[in-house]
Amino acid sequence: MAENYKEITSEILRISGANPTKCMQCGKCSGTCPAYSAMEYHPHQFAYLIRSGNVEELLKSDASLYCLSCFACSERCPRGVQPAKLIEAVRLQILREQDGDAIKPEDIPCLLDENLPQQALVSAFRKYRK
Amino acid sequence: MQKIGVFVCWCGSNIAATVDVKAVAESAYDIPGVVYATNYQYMCSENGQSLIKNAVKEYGLTGIVVASCSPRMHEATFRKTAQAAGLNPYMVEIANIREQCSWVHKDMDTATAKAKVLLRTAVSKLTLDQPLTAGTSPVTKRALVIGGGIAGIQTALDIADAGYKVDIVEKKPTIGGKMAQLDKTFPTLDCAACILTPKMVDVSANENINIYSYSEVESVSGFVGNFDVKIRRKARYVKEDLCTGCGSCMAKCPSKKALNEFNMGLNTRTAIYIPFAQAIPNVAVIDPQSCIKLKTGKCGLCQKICEAKAIDYEQKDEIIEEKYGAIVAATGYNPIKLDKFGELGYDLYPDVITSLEYERLMNAAGPTKGHVLRPSDGKEPKRIIFVQCVGSRGQSCRDKSYCSKICCMYTAKHAMMTKDHYPDTDVKVFYIDVRTPGKNFDEFYRRAVEEYGVEYIKGQVGKIYEEDGQLKVQGSDLLANKQLTLDADLVVLAVAIEPDETARKVATMLTASMDTNDFFTEAHAKLRPVESPTAGVFLSGVCQGPKDVPETVSQASAAAAKVIGLLSKDELTGNPCVAHADPLLCNGCSQCANVCPYGAITYVEEEVRGVGVREVRRFARVNEAVCQGCGACTVTCPSGAMDLKGFTNRQIMAEVDAICK
Repeated sequence: MAENYKEITSEILRISGANPTKCMQCGKCSGTCPAYSAMEYHPHQFAYLIRSGNVEELLKSDASLYCLSCFACSERCPRGVQPAKLIEAVRLQILREQDGDAIKPEDIPCLLDENLPQQALVSAFRKYRK
Repeated sequence: MQKIGVFVCWCGSNIAATVDVKAVAESAYDIPGVVYATNYQYMCSENGQSLIKNAVKEYGLTGIVVASCSPRMHEATFRKTAQAAGLNPYMVEIANIREQCSWVHKDMDTATAKAKVLLRTAVSKLTLDQPLTAGTSPVTKRALVIGGGIAGIQTALDIADAGYKVDIVEKKPTIGGKMAQLDKTFPTLDCAACILTPKMVDVSANENINIYSYSEVESVSGFVGNFDVKIRRKARYVKEDLCTGCGSCMAKCPSKKALNEFNMGLNTRTAIYIPFAQAIPNVAVIDPQSCIKLKTGKCGLCQKICEAKAIDYEQKDEIIEEKYGAIVAATGYNPIKLDKFGELGYDLYPDVITSLEYERLMNAAGPTKGHVLRPSDGKEPKRIIFVQCVGSRGQSCRDKSYCSKICCMYTAKHAMMTKDHYPDTDVKVFYIDVRTPGKNFDEFYRRAVEEYGVEYIKGQVGKIYEEDGQLKVQGSDLLANKQLTLDADLVVLAVAIEPDETARKVATMLTASMDTNDFFTEAHAKLRPVESPTAGVFLSGVCQGPKDVPETVSQASAAAAKVIGLLSKDELTGNPCVAHADPLLCNGCSQCANVCPYGAITYVEEEVRGVGVREVRRFARVNEAVCQGCGACTVTCPSGAMDLKGFTNRQIMAEVDAICK
């Protein structure tokens, strides 16, 4: 299982193109995040948990779905870590794992939910793996 | 033909355990020119050196190769040995069979074979060695210190105490620098002015020190021991020798709206002003941007009132020329500008200030007479939030990559002092890490927390905004895993520091190297920390890297010691391994002069005589006293006219041939 999460972690890193080892846990991202209270895990925790390979909790949580993709965290991060990209990568990973297949267009209308961030919906369209 | 002696060192077991030293020594007899070869346990020891000296005399050796450790370690030792035996010290070559052989190999056969090659290479080079003599140049016994802050002041005082003349060039109207603006100094909390101003008075009273205030270095030429410097004395419109500093001009000046730089723009000053009460020199200066007389021709009130007749509206910049033996850069620092940190609202909200501004608010001689009153409405703030690491330790384009080093301590000082003066004030500090290495530093920070009840919050501030006239600070508390939105009456930003904007200009004039952050680079981080790689240029204070006052003073004194060491010499021996140009081969293209980092190459037009040649040509000439032998010119020269003595192109090729044999 652990081995599996190691692979998933490297996949998340690959998708994001970000480097969480640069993070010095200053908390500027979480200090600036407008969706902070809605998220179970916060931007600086994404950086920490992905760096340490503990992505299981992130994948089980709906925290990534509440990210507004406003990119304030990436904009203000003094180390250039790009937390927004890490969160987006976790979100993609969640979406890909659920079906392992593309979403069918006819299923989309019933998926529409007022509470579902539009970003998550858009992300769902690009969940082809290859 | 040379008679070459070869001396193979065991270095105890360092070399002998991996290299068959006896076989290496014997192999030397196969190399042309070698007349004697031996091996010994410690060649650098007294006995080993005697062995070399005796062999030189007995076999009439003309040069020696020592196969031992790195030349960085003992080349100088063996050069001295050779000199003592009557040889030219530059007829010595080192074959490095320790760092580059025995230490990196495990197999004896391989290592021995490589050691033989390294020895053969050194002998080939030695065959082409010429005796070299180092030139000498006289030393001007006067030092220049660029910058009159605490670093420059301490350096100048120490040099002057040793009996040498020193000039301080300070671009501001007074010496004193940043320290003069501070209120208290950590960790002892003694008053900055009380310890700085006596030193400023000492500078002014010292007959060996001359202050060029309101002046800037215009150009530097020459080399170690013989610098020619032009200094621009900016027009201050007040005759320095006549002004008594009585201040009656300031009392009468009708132009009162210029921002007071000394108080970080927190209040205003008159157009004619003395920066602060203890300024040295205590002489007024007119700011031409705000002087009514200089702008419109009408007014002249200060001239009328001045009993000393010191005001001169016609004064012009003046250039003076002076010779120096040594130059000390002490150009200091400034807080970074915050225009790219929009989320912190520094430009929007008057009650978001920098730490240096807070320092002025706390200072009894500051704009509020030492009462902490917030700039917007002059009320006493009841909730103060400090934010650390603003612009430090970042990798984005607006940040500095380094830790500014002083902010943790001065923030703890500000927080503690605030609690001390106003115990009912709520003081919070947002921090990433608290870094307090230094004598009594961590105890100081803990005192702020434990005794004064300053609340430290681990996390960074995301944004500062105003809501219904109330300043709000939003940040994260990482340890509580919360996002906080706090009301604040005053926010103090611990802003990163950066080298003064004049530092790069000064470094360029001095041909002193800088790092990517515009801090001056030291010659060696550990062994030569107060010297620039450029001979005769020394470094003092924050211009070399972030430092607090105690460290700055230590470095300033260290730089002074190095300057005194230089000025105490009557003449300097140069490095004879310098470049020289063959006028017959030089095509006058100037490429060498362009790449020379020391400005050692000039072009001359002279008659050149050679086989079948007699004409006036433009060719390169190397100033051997300035050349540091870096070799940049030799690889740039397209015609092969540039060559480095002791490392000639022929010698390098002979080494390559010997390796490839």
